[in-house]
Amino acid sequence: MKDHNRAKSLYLSRIASEFDRLRDDLKKQRLLNGTRDTAMARFAEIGFPTKRHEKWKHTDIRSLFSCQFETAEAVSLKKEAIDPFLLLGDEENFVVCVNGRFDRKLSRISEEIIACSLAHAAETRADLVDTHLAKHLGFQNSAFVALNTAFATDGIFIYVPDHTIVEKPIHLLHLSDNERATAYPRHLFIMGRNSRIQLIESYHSLRKSPYLNNCASEIILGNNARVEHLKIQSEDEQAFHIAARQVCQSRGSLYSSVAIDLGGSLSRNDLNVLLDAEGIETNLYGFYLARGSQLVDNHTFIDHAKPHCQSAELYKGVLSDHAVGVFSGKVLVRKDAQKTKAFQQNQTLLLSQDAKINSKPHLKIFADDVKCSHGATVGELDEEALFYMRTRGISEENAHAMLRYAFAQDVLAHIGNKTARQRVEEIVMERFKEHVN
Amino acid sequence: MLLKIKELRASVKDTEILKGINLKVNRGEVHAIMGPNGSGKSTLANLLSGREGYEATGGEVLFDGKNLLDMSTEERACQGLFLAFQYPVEIPGVSIANFLKSAVNDIRAYHGLSKIDAMEFLTLAKDKMKMLDMDSKFLRRSVNDGFSGGEKKRNEVFQLSMLNPRLAVLDETDSGLDIDALKIVANGVNRFHTKENGVVLITHYQRLLDYIAPDFVHVLVKGRIVESGGKELALHLEKHGYDWAIKSKKRVN
Repeated sequence: MKDHNRAKSLYLSRIASEFDRLRDDLKKQRLLNGTRDTAMARFAEIGFPTKRHEKWKHTDIRSLFSCQFETAEAVSLKKEAIDPFLLLGDEENFVVCVNGRFDRKLSRISEEIIACSLAHAAETRADLVDTHLAKHLGFQNSAFVALNTAFATDGIFIYVPDHTIVEKPIHLLHLSDNERATAYPRHLFIMGRNSRIQLIESYHSLRKSPYLNNCASEIILGNNARVEHLKIQSEDEQAFHIAARQVCQSRGSLYSSVAIDLGGSLSRNDLNVLLDAEGIETNLYGFYLARGSQLVDNHTFIDHAKPHCQSAELYKGVLSDHAVGVFSGKVLVRKDAQKTKAFQQNQTLLLSQDAKINSKPHLKIFADDVKCSHGATVGELDEEALFYMRTRGISEENAHAMLRYAFAQDVLAHIGNKTARQRVEEIVMERFKEHVN
Repeated sequence: MLLKIKELRASVKDTEILKGINLKVNRGEVHAIMGPNGSGKSTLANLLSGREGYEATGGEVLFDGKNLLDMSTEERACQGLFLAFQYPVEIPGVSIANFLKSAVNDIRAYHGLSKIDAMEFLTLAKDKMKMLDMDSKFLRRSVNDGFSGGEKKRNEVFQLSMLNPRLAVLDETDSGLDIDALKIVANGVNRFHTKENGVVLITHYQRLLDYIAPDFVHVLVKGRIVESGGKELALHLEKHGYDWAIKSKKRVN
């Protein structure tokens, strides 16, 4: 306990001195100018969450303090370095972030959209950036968002003008190439009215190292905008991945998210969606796969503020060895949000005695004319199905893999882009084969 | 000899269900095992398939001369034993095509053969489905998921014809079938049956035997075969009921 306290205070003092060290450089940037000091001050007040915080009850972040994190430096990579991580071959637009910084040379984007460095956008599209950045994703109650707001120097800015349909998906490729450093990717995506886009956000590592990615994103959808957002978190298994995303939807818009968590020693995703107009549809799907001593934590919050909206949420996971899963899904239906339809489900397969899931689906309903349901199940593979398959000659190993894969399909089938879906299916199937005892 | 069951005793949860069964099945033969509820019919089927919880406490089962009870469930299947389930299991998310292709390939791998060609598999599957009056869309559906009783049984016989085992054990395959479905299923089994393989039908009722003619009929009562004979025995049972067999003094074993 004492060691932990010492590690924590050391870590806190390092963060403070890191901020002092960088202060002058940070001040030169237009990005987040004026907000950084407030965010840092807020962080100093609230500090890191402990297990006494309701939202961190099952996720102990103390292992973070044993690593001495500096802010990750910019690194320039060769084109060949990114090739293995491109999902769609020549078919995709992609932007590359290395250690949280936008790399223009490695990126390839068609012209109908604006996708650039957020630091750059803060200069050139100040109107949009000033209106939205750090206006939706609050740092008052989140130490990690506060730190991101204080330290972020770059990230990805995407603006899709009104009535623009982006045909090819955009791959937001994040690579970490550092030792024990922290990167603060900061993203702002603004979708105009009647616009349409597919986003594929992925995280990979070029080194085996216990680095931290502290990510923060804000996504704003105009009226009738449609966004399909796939995120693949495939960090190194020693890494820490802590990500907060705030989505704000306008009338008639559709936001559909599929979140795949595969890597990381500790990964935490906070995904908040605000449905602040009528006729909105929100779909949140998640699939997590953890082994060894991995911990994967998904906290979602769907805020139904207006009538005639619907949300569907399905998170499924497979945990083996000593892995720990956390799912907390909050659906709030405010007094005005009549005729809301909300469905929420969390299902986890535990493949070993020592694997554990803490699941908390919860609905808070203040409107009286709504259709809502929620639930959680925890189980093992269906023994009857396994036996049936084996009576047909299917090996035990293949039978296990097939059943796990079938379990994952309920989520993976929602990946809209076919090539990306097949790629994710391959990755998951590979992992399932490795998983067999 | 394909199957030789000798003085087989078996227990479920420490209760003895099979109390010394003897049965011999040669290639080319169809055997029917009939008996009232609770006589041990399903226990016999489960034991042959290697289901957990069914324990052989005495006797032996030789499959083509090899000790069947020493083999794992999948090994039995690879050796050519097939059990059509009384209650086929639903597997949401696993398509019939994927399920069967895996089965075919795992059995082939067991025998040191390469994977089946995808087109060859599809042609074979479509051919068999036609015979069973099944829509080829079935291949894309999840195994037994949301199937009617008749569809499930038809799917069992479809698998039987695809895997082409040496011995097929059909556990109450006639239950829950209307007359048309029964005819289709029986036709599938008859088409499967050749001089080279054997069929064991486990059934409560005689009506399946109207469509699949058995060479031998055995009456199982309270864990013992109490009567064996030709197909006329089935008709006799239908007329006089199982009480007759229970009261019969003529004990085969």
